[in-house]
Amino acid sequence: MDDILKLKGIDKIYGDKVKTQVLFNVDLNFEKSSFNSIIGASGSGKSTLMNIMGTLDKPTNGDVIIGGTNTISLNRDEMAELRNETIGFIFQFHYLLPEFSVLENVLMPYRIKHGRVDKETMERAKYLIDMVELTKVKNNLSTDISGGQQQRAAIARALINNPDIILADEPTGNLDSETTDTVYKLLREINDEFKSTFIVITHDKKVAEKGDRIIEITDGKISTDIRKYVR
Amino acid sequence: MKLSWEIALRFLKSSRAQTILIITIGVSVQIFIGSLIDGLQVSLVDKTIGNSSQITIVSADNKNYFENDDELLNKLYKDEELTAVSKNLDSSAFLTLDDETYPILVRGMEFEDANKIYNFDEKLTEGSIPSSNKEVMLGKDLVEDLGLNIGDKLELTTPAGSLEEVKLTGVYDLKVKAINESWVISTLTTSEEIFDKKGEISSIETQVKDVFKADETATRLEEGLSSDLVTVNWKEQNEELLSGLTAQSASSYLIQVFVLLAVLLGITSVLAISVVQKSRQIGILKAMGIKNKDASLIFLFQGLVLGIIGSILGACLGIGLNLVFSNFVTNPDGTSLVPFFLNYTFVGISILIAIIASTLSALIPAVKSSKLDPIEVIKNG
Ligand SMILES: Nc1ncnc2c1ncn2[C@@H]1O[C@H](COP(=O)(O)OP(=O)(O)OP(=O)(O)O)[C@@H](O)[C@H]1O
Ligand SMILES: [Mg+2]
Repeated sequence: MDDILKLKGIDKIYGDKVKTQVLFNVDLNFEKSSFNSIIGASGSGKSTLMNIMGTLDKPTNGDVIIGGTNTISLNRDEMAELRNETIGFIFQFHYLLPEFSVLENVLMPYRIKHGRVDKETMERAKYLIDMVELTKVKNNLSTDISGGQQQRAAIARALINNPDIILADEPTGNLDSETTDTVYKLLREINDEFKSTFIVITHDKKVAEKGDRIIEITDGKISTDIRKYVR
Repeated sequence: MKLSWEIALRFLKSSRAQTILIITIGVSVQIFIGSLIDGLQVSLVDKTIGNSSQITIVSADNKNYFENDDELLNKLYKDEELTAVSKNLDSSAFLTLDDETYPILVRGMEFEDANKIYNFDEKLTEGSIPSSNKEVMLGKDLVEDLGLNIGDKLELTTPAGSLEEVKLTGVYDLKVKAINESWVISTLTTSEEIFDKKGEISSIETQVKDVFKADETATRLEEGLSSDLVTVNWKEQNEELLSGLTAQSASSYLIQVFVLLAVLLGITSVLAISVVQKSRQIGILKAMGIKNKDASLIFLFQGLVLGIIGSILGACLGIGLNLVFSNFVTNPDGTSLVPFFLNYTFVGISILIAIIASTLSALIPAVKSSKLDPIEVIKNG
């Protein structure tokens, strides 16, 4: 099967004087439409790896190849465009814009690319908002909804441009276990419906086991990589 | 672009009003001071030369008189730049009263023309303007000094030595003591007869549309005059006043420059704070793929909007202050100390400068915003 995202020999070293190497020669390929979990102890380098995958951070060495494009050859604006079109982010914190309503936040990645919103996209936004069960509060300011609702709004926002890859860094870190279950069920449903590739960081083994593949990182290296049988 | 605009407006809506206040106050101070000084200068100039000749045509050499030339006068009447043209026949003489003699200046005028300069209809405090032969009016100060009454007969001694009797019909007040004490004003015909100067005049007095171009106009007029005539304009006679006005303008510009600087610094610092306050949002937008140019535009647009709203509010406030000042700060007689004066070009330029300044001062925050790295925000929450 095609690999949508490839990491080749990724090193990450922080600091100029005191150097801390956080990632050591990481090679990873992700199949299209797969649902991947990344686990590991706190400080093992999960977030660092994810930020590099999402082109938010640059590796010290190595290549990040997204959909066939080596990101090393891109300038900042081209990188921004690639991010906008192919990657949806869901962070531990929702990072919604407080000045805008839920609906406006969901539409934001689309507007960054196209400027204005056509009817079709508006329908899609409403459909996504409906899917994450926020229809009732869609016109609320993003600060005027609960934490779980904010996280779900961020999920809808990550999906609006129909990205090939969705990167989620502990998307349920701030939520209670019941809400956590709903959110993961939702992510799985979206994976089934839109065939987007999911890479989800979690420290919860039980949650991780719901993925097709579990990658464990220990001290900046891949220590286990388990694929479940293909669905 | 449109998105940057919208985000800018949202950011502004959620920010405090202090930035607008800085611009508003700055622009209003600027317009208030500028207009006040303009008004002051206009009224000062008007008080000084509003009721006097601004360009006077006189004889070039020591001869005091020249021909009453209809052709020349018609040409002057038709001149677009001249708002008033009045010929006079003046001569010094003595007024004799109870064996005392007083030096005076008899001025013969045609009142239809002279009123356009001196406005005697309003300056008359008693009696009436001389209409028939051998009638005169005197200044308030001289009449009070000599204890004269309307209807009194006065005796004048001409330079040629002849005695002439005239009748006092009116009292004027031109608000200048030296004039009020010396000018004996009568009709041109009276003057011609008393001094035996038929067909001659001593000066042609004029007023002009643009008083500050009086010197240029005078030069132009002089080119059309015969060689025995010259012009005298108010600017060469009032150099001290003019240099005073120039100094005043310079200090007013200086004040305005400092106000502008304060506005600039104010906006820059407030927008710089707003970049810090909104850096989280900028980081999020960048993570979602907004381009650096659009991220900068957000702040430039904020500067532009702040400039437009602030300077228009400021202009209204400044004009309002001027209105209040001119209506409530008055002389004892109820006329305003500094009359309301509005130079639309000045107001327009002030608004424009404030808008440009506030947009420019948004450049620094705009650059900061474009340099912001989303990873900082994502990592540090
Ligand atoms: N700017 C930095 N300078 C130096 N070291 C850093 C910097 N950022 C992160 N690190 C270090 O890199 C390591 C990996 O950090 P990272 O955030 O990737 O961990 P993580 O696996 O996501 O942990 P957690 O589960 O707690 O989120 C940590 O030891 C951290 O201290
Ligand atoms: Mg982390």
